[in-house]
Amino acid sequence: MTTVQQPVQPQPKAEARETHFSSKRVLLTIAVILVVLFSLAPILWQLLTSFKTNQAISAVPNVYFPRPDQLTWQHYVELFQRRPFLNYMFNSAFVAVTSTLLCLAIGTPAAYALARLRLKGERIILGLILIVTLFPYILLFLGLLEIVRAAGLANNYLALIIPYTAINIPLTVLVMRSFFLQLPRDLEDSAKVDGYNTWQMLTQILLPMTVPALVTTGILAFIFAWNEYIFALTFITRETMKTIPVAVAQLGGATLFEIPYGPIAAATVVGTLPLVLLVLFFQRRIVQGLTSGAVKG
Amino acid sequence: MADTIRAREQRTGWILIAPALLVLALVYAYPILRSFWLSLFTQNLGTGLEPVFSGLDNYARMFQDGRFWQSIFNTSVFTFSAIILELILGMGIALVLDQSIRGRGLVRTIAIIPWALPTALIALTWAWIFNDQFGVVNDLLLRLGLIDVGINWLGNPTLAMVSAIVADVWKTTSFVAILLLAGLQSISQDLYEAHSIDGATPWQSFRQITLPLLMPQIVIALLFRFAQSFGIFDLIQVMTGGGPGGATEVVSLYVYSSIMRYLDFGYGAALVVVTFLVLILVVAIAALVISRLRTSAGEKL
Repeated sequence: MTTVQQPVQPQPKAEARETHFSSKRVLLTIAVILVVLFSLAPILWQLLTSFKTNQAISAVPNVYFPRPDQLTWQHYVELFQRRPFLNYMFNSAFVAVTSTLLCLAIGTPAAYALARLRLKGERIILGLILIVTLFPYILLFLGLLEIVRAAGLANNYLALIIPYTAINIPLTVLVMRSFFLQLPRDLEDSAKVDGYNTWQMLTQILLPMTVPALVTTGILAFIFAWNEYIFALTFITRETMKTIPVAVAQLGGATLFEIPYGPIAAATVVGTLPLVLLVLFFQRRIVQGLTSGAVKG
Repeated sequence: MADTIRAREQRTGWILIAPALLVLALVYAYPILRSFWLSLFTQNLGTGLEPVFSGLDNYARMFQDGRFWQSIFNTSVFTFSAIILELILGMGIALVLDQSIRGRGLVRTIAIIPWALPTALIALTWAWIFNDQFGVVNDLLLRLGLIDVGINWLGNPTLAMVSAIVADVWKTTSFVAILLLAGLQSISQDLYEAHSIDGATPWQSFRQITLPLLMPQIVIALLFRFAQSFGIFDLIQVMTGGGPGGATEVVSLYVYSSIMRYLDFGYGAALVVVTFLVLILVVAIAALVISRLRTSAGEKL
């Protein structure tokens, strides 16, 4: 067992342990580098592509370290000049934020009721909510299509906001319920003794305390709404109302054979950037939310 | 007195929960029940898009529909390959992230990025990576001298499936890793210390302590991954469109084109029903396994 830079140890026992320790260190460092490479390489490749000129993109063998004259902003400029890309961004943000706020407003009271109020049939309701988190959206798509058509909601933000609210309610109920279960009951009891009714107690005492849990849930709900594809593909057909995932997936060239790799790469970068930022700032909350009952791929 | 308080509590409870149940009924219960009902009708271009009651005809037709069986086969290959790879890789990543390493927070943050990104965009990223002319996979293989001519990954039936599986594994392994990591962190360090004092190697500790104690998280992660892969749509639709020649057409893509392209609503509904029933069956089996695990863990304590 030979490893780098071993301090001289007076006792043989300690030395043996140290050797084992540092060879483990080396392996671990390699493993960490592999994890980082695995997670980042595809995104970095797309990022690099988005800044390369068309000649550099289609160079064989590939250009990994482009010269300054092989770099360009043009693909980004094109996105915003030739496409209503700001519209796409706005649509995604508007639909995701609205549905997130709605699912918090609707799901949190339900979570409280399921955590505290000993409803008859609460176990059945909880079981159903758990199962529903497993349903792929394709199961809902035909029925929702009929509703959207019957209600004349095609090309209306509501056609996305309502389903997105619904798909995030189970998550909200599960995360918020486990949060309420952790809160000491005394708090609510003493509020009741002080003469608060349930509604006042909820809004004036509990709500301020739930803000961190609401943020956690909200981030997850926002991610799921921003990323949704099949409903957005089906219910919205007007170009200026499309959301990012659909609009980018449909970016095409002038002909079938001319695929605009550069703009597609740039669009991918712009569309994923908000989510990368969310992860960078809220990693802890995302992990916490995902593991505290909100489990979804 | 106590009775009225209890009654009032019940009433408040139902008022609080009613909006959520209403929305769930509209977006989940109605569409699924409606699919069951529609699946008993023939409603397509042949009937002038009017529903005509036809009993179980749609199901009989499905039984003889080679394209349906092909899609079930494709979905199964995709699902089982993806979730097995995700479990192995996710376990590896979770074990690494569980160690005390410098910059652990940053590494964890990086590791969950793939999970958070939109699948449709990831599909484009991977289609570009596997591009036959300018793709980086071919470029690396050529540089290493492993191939002489670029491989047409997405144009070959088997390789297109492999590419889609790779993309899905990349995207969702971090989800599995997060769940397993939470399980790892709840295992007491004392157990490992006692075990290694008894002379156990790290591999033995992994097999005899980590795996059994992690079983509930493993089953839950597998269950969620199964459900999501079984209904996979965006990744395949954007990356291969189900091609080449239907080689990657999964069930949800078939459902979608039955309804949106062929306007065959009754048949599409029957496909939805079958997908739903398969899913429920697997959930029931998984629930049984989890409750078994819980009771056997309870007996040991």
